[in-house]
Amino acid sequence: MTKLLSRIRVSVGVSAPLARVLLFGVVVACLVVVPPAGAQQRGAETAVNPTASSVKEQQLLREMRIISGRGSIPDVKSYNIEQPAGREWRQFHEITLHWLGTIAILGMLGLLVLFYLIRGMVRLEHGRSWRTIVRFNAFERLVHWMTATCFVALALSGLNITFGKELLMPLVGEETFATWSQWAKYAHDYLSFPFTLGVATILLMWVAWNIPTRLDVEWLQQGGGLVGGKHPPAQRFNAGQKMIYWIVIIGGASAAASGYLLMFPFYLTDIAGMQLAQMTHGVVAVLFVAAMLAHVYIGTIGMEGAFEAMWNGTVDFNWAKQHHSAWFEQESAKAQASAPEGNMAPAE
Amino acid sequence: MARMKFLCDADRCIECNACVTACKNENEVPWGINRRRVVTINDGKPGERSVSMACMHCTDAPCQAVCPTKAIYTTDDGVVLHSKDLCIGCGYCFYACPFGAPQYPQVSNFGSRGKMDKCTYCAGGPELDGSKEEYEKYGANRLAEGKLPLCAEMCSTKSLLAGDGDEVADIYKERVAKRGYGSGAWGWMTAYRETIES
Repeated sequence: MTKLLSRIRVSVGVSAPLARVLLFGVVVACLVVVPPAGAQQRGAETAVNPTASSVKEQQLLREMRIISGRGSIPDVKSYNIEQPAGREWRQFHEITLHWLGTIAILGMLGLLVLFYLIRGMVRLEHGRSWRTIVRFNAFERLVHWMTATCFVALALSGLNITFGKELLMPLVGEETFATWSQWAKYAHDYLSFPFTLGVATILLMWVAWNIPTRLDVEWLQQGGGLVGGKHPPAQRFNAGQKMIYWIVIIGGASAAASGYLLMFPFYLTDIAGMQLAQMTHGVVAVLFVAAMLAHVYIGTIGMEGAFEAMWNGTVDFNWAKQHHSAWFEQESAKAQASAPEGNMAPAE
Repeated sequence: MARMKFLCDADRCIECNACVTACKNENEVPWGINRRRVVTINDGKPGERSVSMACMHCTDAPCQAVCPTKAIYTTDDGVVLHSKDLCIGCGYCFYACPFGAPQYPQVSNFGSRGKMDKCTYCAGGPELDGSKEEYEKYGANRLAEGKLPLCAEMCSTKSLLAGDGDEVADIYKERVAKRGYGSGAWGWMTAYRETIES
């Protein structure tokens, strides 16, 4: 056989048509001499049982998570004929997410109440000096409150999708609940844009002050002044605030990424991807809400003199000295460095 | 009380798509939406099979469980229906459905979904049986007239069966016994947690 083929190859150089004829002859000869072993057996089986060679549902389901084939309509999603994974997603959405959300949110509220009862409001130790220093300028406050307002609306409309049918629907009736939910969904979709813009601006605006430093380690070791009576020095943002900052950045980015996948369904992903996007969105969202509850607590009733930082933009000297001594010293030094020129008496 | 089910005998389906057409026509299904479709697995290869699939009207339906507005409900006949007045188009039923049954008209901007539409087992919706409102929103209510879904009624090879679950299972079992083979009731294990021994 090898000899024969090599002879044909040689002859190709001489005469191509002749070679083809020879090759054809060889192939035919092979087929005649050696018939495929299984051919007759397969034929016999087919006559008896056409399903022996056919695709089988349970076998396909064991081999792959989604059974799909060829359809004849433009909607390619419809070519998936069966995806039992939907039941797993249902389990997540109806059981896991409910528990996770309940534990995260009620757990955090419980912790905060407990903390307030034990520690109480963190007071200004030396009272007010009635002299103030600028902490957040108008732009920073605008960005903060835009993002915060969007967050509250997104959180409520989002929690409504998961918990509304159990908490709100029995109170207002199914039709009112459906109307509210429809508007809440629109709000959720549209407010995602200013929220994402806010998170992106926060990232750029404050990143310079939120890089972890050695001071943060000391701050954390001393309980940040919340636990224990010490007031460890801190820069403009202490380690706790830096954590909140990165939670907002990472939480906001992942909520936005998964959210836009859900908002533009099947543009970039398939059914498995949509389920994963929803799971990511739900988990990130409830943890995000829990974290923001702590942020709201410490910025309002948790600490005297904190809220005005983001509301008026200024804080009392004593507040700054107590909570952000390193930052206060820097700001004072800057003010003193520029003061002599500003206060210089006229020459005449 | 009957427990309505669909059964597609894949060994008989010839992928003629008459069920799809019948459904669209009988229910005036909106443009771009197919409540039923035929999918061919291993197309063009030995052992290919075509299966006609719509809503299987599952036992303990996943779509019903995940709906945030409780728009989906199961009737006494085991038919899974929904209210377009309560639906907010969130798309969750499609994520949960093992059979890709829920459909949504594309409305307004982004991927914004309109009210969900799916196979009603030709049993309309929550409105008064046979009313104009019911027909406009959900299509025909043949079940109220004592008729079965049109897709199964006009299947040319009687591959697609509709009716009481036990009855269609008996018909299928008898077929399998006579002809000596059967590739099983597609989707039954997933939808009803039961299968037909063949």
